Amino acid sequence: MTDETTHALAYTPEDLPRKDSFLKPHRIVLMLLFAALVVAVAVFMRWDWLPRYLPRLGSGILVSLAMLFSTAILGFLLAVPLGLAQVTGPWFFKAPARIFCTVIRGTPLLLQLWLLYYGLGSLFPQFPAIRQSFLWPYLREAWPYGVAALTVSFAAYEGEVMRGAFAGVPSGELEAARAYGMSRWTMFRRIWLPRAIHRALPTLNGETVLQLKSTPLVATITVVDVYAVISKVRQETYLTYEPLLLLAAIYMCLTGILVVAFRYFENRIPTRGA
Amino acid sequence: MLGDSFINWSLLSLSAPGWGGVLLQGFLSSIEIAVGGYALGLALGVGGAFGKLYGGPVLRDLLECYTTVVRAVPELVLILLLYYAGTDLLNQLLGAIGVGAVDISGLVAGIFVIGVVQGAYSTEVLRGAMKAVPAGQIEAARAYGMSPLLVLRRITLPAMLPYAIPGLANLWLIATKDTALLAVVGFSELTLVTRQAAGATKAYLLFFCAAGALYLALTLVSNVFIGMLERHARRGFAEQR
Repeated sequence: MTDETTHALAYTPEDLPRKDSFLKPHRIVLMLLFAALVVAVAVFMRWDWLPRYLPRLGSGILVSLAMLFSTAILGFLLAVPLGLAQVTGPWFFKAPARIFCTVIRGTPLLLQLWLLYYGLGSLFPQFPAIRQSFLWPYLREAWPYGVAALTVSFAAYEGEVMRGAFAGVPSGELEAARAYGMSRWTMFRRIWLPRAIHRALPTLNGETVLQLKSTPLVATITVVDVYAVISKVRQETYLTYEPLLLLAAIYMCLTGILVVAFRYFENRIPTRGA
Repeated sequence: MLGDSFINWSLLSLSAPGWGGVLLQGFLSSIEIAVGGYALGLALGVGGAFGKLYGGPVLRDLLECYTTVVRAVPELVLILLLYYAGTDLLNQLLGAIGVGAVDISGLVAGIFVIGVVQGAYSTEVLRGAMKAVPAGQIEAARAYGMSPLLVLRRITLPAMLPYAIPGLANLWLIATKDTALLAVVGFSELTLVTRQAAGATKAYLLFFCAAGALYLALTLVSNVFIGMLERHARRGFAEQR
C-alpha cells in the first residue's frame, strides 16, 4: 500500500483541524446544528440501558486497546526482518518474505482470522502432543488466534512499508557509517533502522489507525472486545441504532486520541530544515 | 483419518455433493458487490473531491465530516450501521410516499454500503490527485471559456489520472477484500459461503484455503490489469526509477 492510500484510509495527524482559522461563522452554525442533533439523539432515543453496561463497555474498550497495541508491537517486530529481507536478503529470504506479504495482503483479514480459528482450532485437538503441552489452555481460547491473525496482517502491510523505508535511506549515509568502521550490526542499529523508522513514521501511524479499525473483527471469533459488548447489548435490548451509534462514537474518540498522540510524538522528532 | 479430514478434494467438485459450485457462486457475488461498490464509490469520490476543492465552505465542511467519520470508524461498524439505517430509511421513505415496504436485496444493500465507504476513501485519493494537476492547465481551460463541468471532463479528470491510479488501484483491492465483511450481516458472499461449507463438512482448512486462493487470484489478476492501465496512463511521463 502506498503512503497516499494509507492516508486516504486512515485519519492521520495532518487531518486534524488547524487552530488559526478554525472558528468561522458558518462553522459555528454547523456546530450548533450538530449540538442540536446530539441533544435530539440523547433525548429522543433510548439510553436507559447504558448504566447497566458501562463496566462491561469499559473492559471491552480495554480488550480492544490491548489487541491493538499488542498486535501493532508484535507486528512491527516481525515487519522489520520482513522488510529487511526483501531489501537486502539472499533469494531464499527474499522470495518467502515477498510471497508472505503478497498472500496476506491479497486475502481478507476476516478469512485469515477464520482460517486460524476454525481451521487450526479444529486441527489442533487431533494431535495428543498439543493437547498435553503447556500451550493447550491458551489454544483453547479465542484471543490467541485473534492476536495471531492481526499480528500477521499488520506485519505483512508494515513489512511492505519498511521495505520501502529501508530502500529509501540514502546510500551515502550507510557508506559514511561504513567509513567510520561500524560493523554491519552497529550500522543497522545506529543508522539504517532509525532512519528507516523515521521515514516510515507517518505511514506507520496511519497503519496503526487502520489496525484499530480492524480489531472489531476479533469479535466474530468470540473475543469480548467493545464491539462484542455492543452486539450483546443489541441482542438483549432489541435496539438497533443506539448501541451502534455509541460504538461509532467510541471508535471516533479512540481514533482521535490515537491521532493526537501521534501528532505529539511526530512533532517531538526533530527534522532538518522543517 | 487425518489425511481424510483435510485433503478430501472431492469436496471441492462443482456438482451437488461437492461445494465448489457454491463457492464459485459466492465468489461471483463478491465480485459483483466489489464492482458495484467501487463504481458507486468512484462516483461519490469524483463529486466529493470536486466539492472539497472547489465547493463552498459549508459543502467543504460537510464533506470533511463524511470522510472523517468513514476514516475513523471501523468498516465493520459502518457496514452494520449503513445496512440497517439504509434499508430502514428507504422503507420509511417508501412508506411515506405510499408505495409500501420493499424487501431490499442483499446485493443492492451491499453495493450501497461498500460504495459509501469507498466513496470517502476515493474522495481523499482523488482530491490529492486533482491537487497535483498544475493550476496553469486549469486556468488555461477557464480562459478558453470552458464551463466547470467541461473543465472537469476535458482537463482535470484526464490529467489527474496518472496520479490517481496507484491509489485507486489499492482502493479496488480493498473493495474486493471489504466484501468479506458483509459476511457479518449475513450476505452470502464468498467468505460466509466458505464458512457454511466448512461448517457442514468439517473440512475447515481445505475450504478456507480454497477461498483464500480465489481472493488471491482476484488480487493477482487485478494487479496485472492495473499494471497495464498504469503504463497506459503514464505514457508521456518521464520514466521514474
